[in-house]
Formats: sequence, C-alpha cells, structure tokens
Amino acid sequence: MEVTTTWYLVLAAALFTTGTVGVLIRRNPLVLFMCVELMLNAVTLTFVAFGSALGGLSGQMAVFFALVVAAAEVVIGLAIIVAIARRHPTTAIDDFSTLRG
Amino acid sequence: MSDLAWLIPILPLFGSLILLLSGRRIGEPRSGWIATSYVLASFVLTFIVYLDVLSHDEHHRRFTSTLFTWIPAGDFSVDIGFLVDPLSLTMCLFITGVGTLIHLYSIGYMHGDPDFSRFFAYLNLFTFSMLMLVLGDNLLLTFLGWEGVGACSYLLISFWFTDEKNASAGKKAFITNRIGDWGFMIAIFLTFFTFGSINYAEILDTAASNQVLESTATLIAVMLFIGAIGKSAQFPLYLWLPDAMAGPTPVSALIHAATMVTSGIYLLTRVNPILADAASWVPTMIAWVGVGTALFAATVAVAQNDIKKVLAYSTVSQLGYMFLAVGTGAYVAAIFHMITHAFFKALLFLGSGSVIHGMDGDQDMRHYGGLRRLMPITSITFIIGWLAIAGVPPFSGFWSKDEILAFAWNESPALWAVGLVTAVLTAFYMTRQVILTFFGRYRFADARPEEIATAWETRIGRTVEMAEEIAAEIEKIQKEIGETQTEIETAKTHLTETQQAATEIDPNDDAESDSEALAEAVIKAEDQVVSAENKLLELQNALQLAEENYETTKREIEEIKSEADEESQQLDSIFDDIPDVNKVKEYLPAEVEKRVEHHPHESPWTMTLPLVILAGLATVAGLIQLPFSSTLKRLEHWLEPTLFHNEVHLTISGGTMWLLAVIAVVSGLFGVLFATFVYQKKRIRPQVFEKAFLADAWTIDRRVSNFMGGPGTRGFQAISSFDSQVVDGTINGVARLVEWKSKGLQKIQNGLIRTYAALIGLGVVALLCWFLVRSNI
Repeated sequence: MEVTTTWYLVLAAALFTTGTVGVLIRRNPLVLFMCVELMLNAVTLTFVAFGSALGGLSGQMAVFFALVVAAAEVVIGLAIIVAIARRHPTTAIDDFSTLRG
Repeated sequence: MSDLAWLIPILPLFGSLILLLSGRRIGEPRSGWIATSYVLASFVLTFIVYLDVLSHDEHHRRFTSTLFTWIPAGDFSVDIGFLVDPLSLTMCLFITGVGTLIHLYSIGYMHGDPDFSRFFAYLNLFTFSMLMLVLGDNLLLTFLGWEGVGACSYLLISFWFTDEKNASAGKKAFITNRIGDWGFMIAIFLTFFTFGSINYAEILDTAASNQVLESTATLIAVMLFIGAIGKSAQFPLYLWLPDAMAGPTPVSALIHAATMVTSGIYLLTRVNPILADAASWVPTMIAWVGVGTALFAATVAVAQNDIKKVLAYSTVSQLGYMFLAVGTGAYVAAIFHMITHAFFKALLFLGSGSVIHGMDGDQDMRHYGGLRRLMPITSITFIIGWLAIAGVPPFSGFWSKDEILAFAWNESPALWAVGLVTAVLTAFYMTRQVILTFFGRYRFADARPEEIATAWETRIGRTVEMAEEIAAEIEKIQKEIGETQTEIETAKTHLTETQQAATEIDPNDDAESDSEALAEAVIKAEDQVVSAENKLLELQNALQLAEENYETTKREIEEIKSEADEESQQLDSIFDDIPDVNKVKEYLPAEVEKRVEHHPHESPWTMTLPLVILAGLATVAGLIQLPFSSTLKRLEHWLEPTLFHNEVHLTISGGTMWLLAVIAVVSGLFGVLFATFVYQKKRIRPQVFEKAFLADAWTIDRRVSNFMGGPGTRGFQAISSFDSQVVDGTINGVARLVEWKSKGLQKIQNGLIRTYAALIGLGVVALLCWFLVRSNI
C-alpha cells in the first residue's frame, strides 16, 4: 500500500481535530498551549504534504514562517501564563473572565 | 507680464503679515509708511500689467494664471488662479490707487492712536482681500475675498472696540452681510450644479452661448443679487452701512465708500451673461431696487446732522444708481459711476475726516460753520467733491450720473424720473452739508441748545435753593417769636408777683431796705417786659421782611421758568444767530469756555495731499467716458470684451440725450440753489425738511431692531429649542435604543477564552459549509 498525500492529509485533519477538541475541553493553560501547537503542526503538515505533492518549494517555505511565528507566539504566551501564575493562586483558564461584557 | 498678477494681492498681504507680527516694534510713523508703500507697489505693478494688457489686441485681453490647485475633489476642482481682464484691471487700478492715497491719509489721521500699527495691518489685509475678490478666476476665490473684506470691515468698524457702540456696529455689519453671503453661497452651489464648474472663463462662455435654462439662470441671478445687496448696502440690507460710520474715517472712505461696497456691482457686472440669460423681470427688479434705495437714502440724508451719516446715506444712494445702471443693462455706466464715485466719495469722506480731525472729533454739522477760512485746502477740495456729486458739469459725477439717467430713460421714463428726483435731493443735501460746514458763521464756540437748557435749569435750581433758604429763615424767626412770647409771659408773671409782693409788705415794718429792693425788682421786671416786647416787635418786622422776600423769590422763579420756556421755544431756530446767553452766562457748563479756546486747524500734508490728488481725479475722471463720439467712449471700448455684447445700446436720439442732460443739469442746479435759499439765505426754516421721521431713517432700522429684539429673538429661540430637543432628541433616542438592545448581545462576551475559540471554530465550519455549497461539490 502506497503512502499517498491523502494519508498525510488525513493525519493532519486528525491532529487538528485533536488540537481543537483539546482547546475546547481542557482548562489548564499549558495543555491548551500544547493543543494550539498541535493545531499549528497539523497545518504545517498539510503545507509539507501539498508542497511535495505539487513539487514546488513554496509549501516548504511556509513551514519556516509557521515555525518562526509559532516560536514567537510561545514566548509571549508562556510569559503571560507565568505572569498570571505569579498573581493568582490558580491558572485554570475559566477563572479568568475579567474582559466579559 | 500678466503672469505677475498674483503679486498684486500678495504684496499687501505681505505688508499686513509684517505689521501683524512686529507692528508694535516698528512703531508709529514707520508702520504706516510700510503699509502705504506695499499698496503703492501693488498699484505700480497693476499699472504695468495694465500697460501690458493694453498692448494686446482688443479680443485677446483675457489672461488667466494659475498658481496651484487649491481644492482637487473629483469633478470639483478649484484653482488659485487669477483672471486678468479689463474689468478686473479697472477695479484693481482704483482699489490700489485710491487705497494708496487713503493709506497715506491715515498716517496723518491715526497719528497718536495707541493701535496705530494694528490699523495699518488691517487696512493692508483689507486691500489684499479686495484684490483677491476682483482678481480671483472663479466664484469661490471671489467668495474668499468677499468674506475677507467682510471680516476686515468688521475688524475696522469696531477698531475702537472698547466703546460698546462701535463693537455692536461691527457685529451688525457682519451679521447683516451674512444674509447676503447666504445668497452668494447658494449661487455658487447652483453654478457648480448647472455648469459643472465655478470657473469664470467656463461659466461665462457657456452662459454667453445661451446654453443655460432660463429658470436656472434666473435662480442663480437672484441669489447673486441677494449677495450683492448685502455687500453693496441696498434695500433691505442697507441697515449696516450707516452704523459702519463708527469706524475711523479713512475706513469709511476706503471700505464703505470706494471699494468694498462696490463689490456687489462688480459681481453682477462680472456675471452679466447669466443676468442676460435670466428672466426679464430680474434686471427690472435690480433697477427698481437700485433706484428705490437711491431715493430712499437721499431723503434720509437730507435730515442727518452727523457729517459722516450724510455721506453714508449718500453712499447708499449712489450705490443705488449703480444698481439702476446694472438693471438697465448699462454695465459700462455702472463701472463708470463706480470709478467716479470712488474718487469723489473718498474725497468727501477724507475731507469730512479732515474736518473732524480739526474739530476735536466733533461730527455734528450744526457745530461747524465758517470753516472755509480756517481749513482752506480741505474746504476747496470738499467743494470740488460736492460739485462732482451734485452733478455739475464738467466735474466727473455729472458724466457718469448723466449716462445712468440716459439709460434709465431708455428703459423706462419712470425709472428716469425717480433717478432725477434723487439727483435733485443729492444736490440739496450735499449743498446743505457744504453750507453748514464751510459757510456761514463759525458756530463751534457757541453755547449749544442743550447746554443753554442746562444753564437755565441750573439757574432755576439756584433760585429755588434761595427760596428754600428764606423759608428756613422764616421758620426760624417764627420759632424765635414763639420763644419771645413765652419770655414775655414769664416776665409779666414775674412782674405781677413782684408788684404783689411790694404791696403786701407791711409799711409799718421798718424794713426799709426791703421795700427799696422790691421797688428795684419791680422796675427791673418792668424793664424785662419792655425789652421782650421790643424784641418781639423786631422779630415781627424781620418776619414780615422775610415773607416779602420769599414772595419776591417765588415770583422770580415763576418769571425765570416762563423765560426759560420762551427761550427753549426759540432754541431750535438759533441756527444762525448767536444764541443769546447773557441771562444765563454764569450758569453755562465749563466746556463752552474750553471750546472758545479751541482753534480749528488745517490738517498735515499727509492728509491734504490725498485730498488734492483726489480732487484732481474727481474733476477730470469724466474724461474716460465722454458721450460725444464713439472714440471718446474709452471705458466702453476697454470693457467691451468682458461684457459679451450684453451692454444695452441706447435707442434714443441725440436730441433727447441733450435734452435729458440739460434737464439733469438744471435740476441739479435747482437742488443747489434751493439748499442755498434755505441754509444760506434762510428764507425757509430748515425744520420743514429735516423731519424727525426722516432723521430716524423712516423708522425702518428701529422697527427691525425691535422686531429682532422681540418676536425675532423668540422665533430663533424656538428654532434653537427645536434643534436641541427634536433634532438632538431623535439622535440621542436612537443611540439609547441601540444601547438598550445591545444589552442582550453583551451576554456573548463572557470573557471565557474557550467559548470564543468554540465560536471561531463554529464560524469556520459555517464558512466552509457555505463555500462547499456554493461550489456545488
């Protein structure tokens, strides 16, 4: 059985769904973060898959951008989580709703 | 050279900026000279451009030079561009020419004013705005100048703003002008709507080729006319001009006689193709409004006593002539009269300023008289101005007024008749002014009627005081009499007692000394009684005297009162006899003495030189347009390219022309002679003409003020409350409704990140579904 692009796409969809569900049901911000990373990687995987399928370099190039952006986002996100953890006894995400309307 | 046209207005603007920024440091005489030299430079430049334009062929005398695009907005584009053609050049020549002279004059007139440099900064700014008004190559640029001159007029009318009266005169002028500006603005909008441009070159060429609907042209023409009557002080928007005399006299000469007030006529002349396309009742209406205003203002001028008020109403009247000319299609005559009027009215205003300057700021002509010998240059130049405005040939006013009257006859004899009556009145009131000011007896040192009346009151007051003093004395004496009577009573009782004591003494008693003492006491008591009775007699005599005195004083008061009544009846007729003040001499206020010390003087050369030059111009300005042959109508040839063949041609014969001219001269002379008859020979009492109703300007001004102060204010308050309650209420209500409704939506924003993420996810899914359905997969 040959591994075609579809396999990768299915894998990516599975990863993305896992990530999404994780974001929606978990309350720990660190886990939330990991789920977001999972979603990003799923998207990255589709880029690579399409890149190799279409034979161009642009798919692979997009991965680098995604990596850089993800790294920057993690830095800021972790900094925020650390700042919250210092000020509050809990880091459960549902306890922070001060911006509600 | 016409590319340099933009420099013509910029030079005065530059001067104005210099003076506004550092006028105080530049100081008194120099800032005046700076301002004058910038306007002079502008005049020289205008003259050079004029010569350049003159060297071109008659039909290629329209030049536009664009500096830059001011407002580029889609189809609507406005350039800062200058239109140099015979009409705008004519205006520029006399604006800068007369302007230079008035600037020079102001150096002398404003001498010693603490705000000397501010005055010149405004004057230069005004010159800039006026030049922009005439040189602008589109309606909006003209409007810019239009508003600029309005603002400068406001600033200069209320130049001495610490006086409430001056400040409110400025406001009145500004607000009245706003009504006219509204018309002008509507006209600009309509022009853009109709022609797709507000550029003169385009709209005039389009209108001249009859490509405009008559109704549209009529509406634009009427709106422009409303703008013009505001600026040019025609009925019913003339109300501000007489009040504008609160400003310094050079301002009245420059802005409110020679230049700004003529901009309405300039505007109507500029857009003559639109007037030609409009319905025929529009020019007729312009002519009738003009001639009606001319007559009305002339009747008011007859009864004014303020030297500047006479000239103000006279200006309104002369502007009416110009509107008459525009209405009858005599654009050349309108511009011709505008030029001659600029010369002679500026001359008259500056002359009156020179008189006011010499008379310590007094503006009442009744206080002048006989200034001919004291101010020779002023009086000679003023007399030339008078001859010019009265229409005496060969002075300039005769030629221009005669031309307007000829065109009025051409249009309708009724217009001509009203114009002629106005001419008679003009000659009358101007002669009155000249006689009151320069001829007759020198009246400045006279005690004035109101002063004499006060003196009489003081005299009556003093006598009443005297009577009161006597009354107080009488009371005192009466009291003393009472006291003396009691004294007599006591003395008498004492006497009886002593006598009784004397008789009761036993003679057998050997107390000789006692009886002797008693006898002495009786004698003493008798003496007392006698002396008291003597005193009473004396007092009674004094009382009688005082009472007689009181009666005489009372009678005296009555006599003085009746005398004062008699005098006050004669007061209004003291015009030419020295008022008899011998009876109240010592009661006159101190100012009278001070005025006797005052010696009117001729003004300095900076003031008399402009007078002489303007007098020369007022004499010969008629030469630019003589009716005798076609080659002598120089102004007509010069202006022809700007008039698009809309100038009406006279259809009356040469003989009628001559007859009309003779009638005009004869009636002008009649006015002069009649005024001489009244004011010089005093055959008729002036009160016959100087009715209070006329002096009050037919009570129109007062009625308008009362209306605006009462029902008008309430009306505007109603509008204002409609705005604040209904209009604002609607908008606030809508806002509140939205706020109230959005309370429900607020719930979605619960601050939980996971909810947001879920909503985003749902949104993505929904969008994907929509795309899938749309692409029919």
